[in-house]
Order: sequence, then C-alpha cells, then structure tokens
Amino acid sequence: MEVSEREILVVEKNPMLPQIFQIRSRKQETSDTFTLELEPVEAGVEFIFKPGQFNMLYVFGVGEVPISISGDPEKVSRVTHTTRMVGTVTKAMGKLKKGDLIGVRGPFGSSWPVDKCSGCDVVIVAGGIGLAPLRPAIYYILRRRENYNKAILLYGARTPDDILYKHEIEKWKSRFDFEVYVTVDRGTSGWKGNVGVVTTLIPRAPFDPQNTIAFVCGPEIMMRFTALELIKRGVSENNIFISMERNMKCGIGLCGHCQFGPVFVCKDGPVFSYSQVKNLIFKREI
Amino acid sequence: MAIETLEKLLAEHPFFKGLKKEYLELIIGCARNVFYKPGEFIFREGEEANEFYVIRDGKVSLEFSSPGKEPIVIQTLEDGEVLGWSWLVPPYYWHFSARAVEPTRAIALDGKCLRTKCEEDHNLGYELLKRFVTIVEQRLQATRIQLLDLYGSQ
Repeated sequence: MEVSEREILVVEKNPMLPQIFQIRSRKQETSDTFTLELEPVEAGVEFIFKPGQFNMLYVFGVGEVPISISGDPEKVSRVTHTTRMVGTVTKAMGKLKKGDLIGVRGPFGSSWPVDKCSGCDVVIVAGGIGLAPLRPAIYYILRRRENYNKAILLYGARTPDDILYKHEIEKWKSRFDFEVYVTVDRGTSGWKGNVGVVTTLIPRAPFDPQNTIAFVCGPEIMMRFTALELIKRGVSENNIFISMERNMKCGIGLCGHCQFGPVFVCKDGPVFSYSQVKNLIFKREI
Repeated sequence: MAIETLEKLLAEHPFFKGLKKEYLELIIGCARNVFYKPGEFIFREGEEANEFYVIRDGKVSLEFSSPGKEPIVIQTLEDGEVLGWSWLVPPYYWHFSARAVEPTRAIALDGKCLRTKCEEDHNLGYELLKRFVTIVEQRLQATRIQLLDLYGSQ
C-alpha cells in the first residue's frame, strides 16, 4: 500500500504536532482491554497506515503513549486502537467516552512485510494483546487471500476470558481458507479448547517451514521462545518477523528513548526480522 | 491386518523416525489401538504408569484434581502427540490424570514390556530415551513459560 501525499504531508510537516481525533466508539474487549475507534475532527482527512505501524496517542492533560494500530488498513476514514489499561495514560484513556477528543501523531515505524510473502504460507503467532498489532495484517491477507498459500493464526491468551476479538476469531474460524488455533495458559470451567502456551501450537500447525513467513507479536519472552520454536521447525530466521516495544516517545528517531542497540524501535521498527535483532534480544543490558 | 496398520502408523510417526526396523517391530509387538469417549479417563493420577500413547486423533487434557474444585488442566494434547512418560521413571506412577476431551483414537504402547526390553538391550533403551528426553524438554519449557504468566498485568 502506498502512503498518500496527504499522509506524507501530515508526518513531514510536523510529526511532533498531534492531530485532533474524536472517539466514535469504545468497546470493552476484556476486563482490562478496550478498543477505540477514532475519526479525524478535520473533515475529509484520511488516515492511511501500513499493518504493524503505531501511533502516539495523547490523552490531553495526562500524557502520550505509543499504541499499535489494530484496525483495517483499508478503512481510511477511521483509525482503531486496542489498548490495555496498565499505566497512568492508558488507564485515563480507558475512561474516555464516545465523543471525547484525543491527540494522534503517526503513523510511525516499519510494518509487517505482507507483500514479501506472496505465494508462501503465512503463520501469524500472537500472544495476549499482541493480536492487536497483527489484526491489520490479518485483514490485509484475508482480503488478498489468493496471493498466499496457507494462512494460519496461532493465538495464546492467559485465560478464555482474556481472548481478544472473540467474535471475530469465531468468524475467522468459520472460514475454510484461514486456520485458527487458540490456546490458553489456564483453562476455566467449560473451556473445551487447547490449554498450554502458544509455542506448543507450532509443532502442530500444518505449514511448510521451507516456504513460510511468520509474524510474531506478544511479550518479548514469548516472541523469543516462539522464534526459537519456529526455527526448530525449520523456518528461516530471515522469514520470522517480530514487533518490538521499547520506550517510544518522539516516534521519529530523534529523542533516543527507544534506542535498541544500533537501531531505534520507533523509526527502524517496531517490526524487525528476527535475524536483525537476534543478537540484541537475548542481551539483558539492552 | 491390524498389525500392518499399526506398523504403518508407527513407522510414519515422527517420534519413531530413524528407529531400526528390528526395534520398530519390537515396539509394534507392544502396541494396540485404543479409543476413548469424551470425558473418559485414559489414566488417573496415582495409578501405576505402565503405558504410553501416541494420539492418532482427538484431544486429551492433562489435569490435576483438587477436592471440591474443578480439575486444573495443565495442557491439552492433540493428533500426533505422545502422551505419558511416567512409565520410564521409577516408581512408575502417573503424576497427572489424562482425560479425553473429544473422541480420541490412540495407539497404546506397553511401557512395562518396553522397560524390560530396554534393560535387555541398552541401544533400544538409548533410542527411546533420546526421543522421550525431547518430549520432556518441550513440556518443561512450555511449563516454564506458563509459569511466567506472560500475559498477566504485572
């Protein structure tokens, strides 16, 4: 997908200046996670992004946080974010209602290489809220399903109550051209699905490792174990992509808060190939 | 006929890949087909562990029981996976219960018989242990990650 001139103008003109967006809807996904659908206040503005990119969301008077875009990249009139309430800003964001205003800077960063994998199997591995930054890639792939061979989602959540996008997952499961496997770390009464960490799904999943590209997002430890399991299965390090998270602030590689060895996560990432970062992610000092 | 089917199934299973023909034949001699209805126990915690299973199709939960509470499911296993390694470790008792979640077909292998044969032929014992260590390592890693509670709020 090409970035529009308008978008280039917005980012290049003043990437530090938030654009004002209005909350069009708010959906509680789980006990601590919610999805906001935002619309630009300025009429006619389209928000164009690539799957995997993030925005800096500014809760006025509270602060700004980096949040991945979780909506459909082809619905350009609105932008969607799924956020977990963990800190001061995200907790304040969770209290915002339909009609409230929020500042948006972005989109920033690299994206999932969805066009690199034409003709191959695509394996998407998500852990917890890591499904949110992967959802735009899923929309993109499903819309161009004929361009790929197998499409597989492996999703791990803490408990059945913590599964994100439940209705959407059910819809995806009902498709014949998208294989969806869900597992939880802790089963609860009535749960008939898989129990075990998401890495246990990798040996079971029916993909051709020689012809596979994998997109992985979740807590960093989960991504490390997942990458190792994919490599064990035979997937090339160059074909495994992960989405890193550090202390992103400016979004354009100026402030240095998100420095990750020789790269900046906000500008060079958040999506990296495993081969790019494998020497960094196991170093506890970085 | 049944033996042929088992031979084919076991010979093609990744767990037994690379095993000498004579060992495979010996293992096939210790194998039988089994079927479990949903909810049916394959084995129970505390019972003697004298078999292990290769799941052909279905789903099995490994669980702990706790008085007055729902069983705690540790892991589920599916098609192609190997269930049970307590038959290899003295004093040969199951540490978990295994219950079919879905209709489950499996191949049960007589661990007691294999233990004896492994004692007699250490090469066979080494080949089997190599394979089981891989499974034990996978389950240990998975359990460690599970313990981290990665998706928790803290």
